[in-house]
Amino acid sequence: MEKVLMKGNEALAEGALTAGCIAFFGYPITPSSEIAEYMARKFPLLGGTFVQAESELAAINMVYGGASTGARVMTASSGPGISLKSEGISFISEAELPCLIVNISRGGPGLGGIQPAQSDYWQATRGGGHGDFHIMVLAPSSVQEMMDFAMDAFDLADKYRIPVMIMAEGTLGQMMEPVIPRAKVTHFIDKPWAVNGCKGRAPNVVNTLHLSPEFLEHRNHVLGEKYSLIKANEQKAAAFLTEDADLVVVAFGLMSRIVKKAIMEVRKKGHKVGLIRPITLWPFPEEEIRNAAQSAKMFLAVEISMGQMIDDVRLAVNGKVPVEFYGRIGMIPSPEEIAGQIIMLAEREGF
Amino acid sequence: MKIVARRPQSLTSAKTHYCPGCTHGIIHRLVAECIDEMNMRENTIGICPVGCSVLAYDYFNFDMLEAAHGRAPAIATGIKRILPDRCVLTYQGDGDLASIGMAEIVHASARGENISVVFVNNTIYGMTGGQMAPTTLLGQVTTTSPYGRKKEEAGYPIRMAELLATNEGSAYISRVAVNNPANVIKAKKSIKKALQTQMKGLGFSLVEVLSTCPTNWGLGPIDAFKWLEENMIPYYPLGEFKIKEA
Repeated sequence: MEKVLMKGNEALAEGALTAGCIAFFGYPITPSSEIAEYMARKFPLLGGTFVQAESELAAINMVYGGASTGARVMTASSGPGISLKSEGISFISEAELPCLIVNISRGGPGLGGIQPAQSDYWQATRGGGHGDFHIMVLAPSSVQEMMDFAMDAFDLADKYRIPVMIMAEGTLGQMMEPVIPRAKVTHFIDKPWAVNGCKGRAPNVVNTLHLSPEFLEHRNHVLGEKYSLIKANEQKAAAFLTEDADLVVVAFGLMSRIVKKAIMEVRKKGHKVGLIRPITLWPFPEEEIRNAAQSAKMFLAVEISMGQMIDDVRLAVNGKVPVEFYGRIGMIPSPEEIAGQIIMLAEREGF
Repeated sequence: MKIVARRPQSLTSAKTHYCPGCTHGIIHRLVAECIDEMNMRENTIGICPVGCSVLAYDYFNFDMLEAAHGRAPAIATGIKRILPDRCVLTYQGDGDLASIGMAEIVHASARGENISVVFVNNTIYGMTGGQMAPTTLLGQVTTTSPYGRKKEEAGYPIRMAELLATNEGSAYISRVAVNNPANVIKAKKSIKKALQTQMKGLGFSLVEVLSTCPTNWGLGPIDAFKWLEENMIPYYPLGEFKIKEA
């Protein structure tokens, strides 16, 4: 198919439609609102549901209801809105309902600002709501991936009966790049657990209340086993020039593209530097990092935050080599700035 | 032998956890009878709240969901928009609907969401042990208004039926009581009217059911009915507040 110039938020929305999403429930918030606006334009023409909810809480609970019917449904927001949705995300996780939740992230805490940030990493990867649960989190780095990952997200959600989050910096939502459209998904897996009327079968119940302590523990083990399976099967990362690297930079999302540019500059100066870009933030690609830690002398986490993903890098490296950090918040580090950091470390450590 | 009474198909055979004298059992039965009589059991999706009826998914014999506190109308919206030909019903108490879920119920009504709500008002938080609700009457003693609800501190009880009737999206709004057989029969008629309103696609419908809580009111079941009649009905008048025809 021919390339089309699209805005990140619109490419994501188009990807969701291509994946067979038939309902969007959301509340306006910068920098994610174009996703809602795109759906509001498209659904009346295509057949499908757009509801502008009264609150983020209502929106995520509409997703709970919509996903319970077995349909592919989604919501989109930004950090402050995701905080409000956290109650619903916990319920959806325990009810094991597949859906897509999008965080076009901005800087916090509090109302923060509307500049791009990655400071919702903990919120996304540590669940963000009450109880023992995880959601899957995908981090695109291009407008094409905004579209592709929206489609992957629905497949993963259905496969594991889990909410899947796409977390992208506000910049990715707002910028335009050429995109190759994808073919429409027409085949979906059966969902015998769906609530859609009990014609010809026993009633189905979607529930998260377990007053029996034994059953509650059992449910947590069921979820725990699912998370182990996802950790074993779905870790995804992209490596760039890591084979001979003394220093491995770890960065995700749009940040990883800026780091790549910095690495190419630093390589010209003779320093052996590589990049690991986590594509799944949960499950975190710990194997890729662990393997790189066999030969690398040092890691550097670069984030648009005060340092959150670095926790996972450190867990994966497990003390084998030092892990350094460089980050900005609200501001996006430039390639030159990152190159300067790398050279400073290389000269200090002598590699 | 002639069968003169039997459990509605829309109720399971599970024993309920409700306290002796509680009227949830009556209201469950009325809902189930209406759904049976309209031949909608296999076409109905119910959503139960957080509150005493949190376990209603064990008692209703059709597809059910359990909601987060107050969010049932939002969940119902998500379902109904995707499955518009199904009967979608929420069953909520006064803490759930009139306090933590106020935004969800008002906006479901304002949107004219084509769902039905059975709103059980017993003026108290039952499940958590008898705390003050937004519907608790002035002077009423609860564990969080131990000296009686004072308007200076806790304001006034909310009349939900009247409030929701002002929304254009509301198609049928009523208040009934289940304190005596005559009122129980009227309550059933009203619940059926609400469900019919939904199936005709006319918009949002809600039946507020004045109910008793003998345990947390500290009264016997008979005295509780009397208390309802003497205290609740004067403040929460019975009747139909909104009827939209076609």
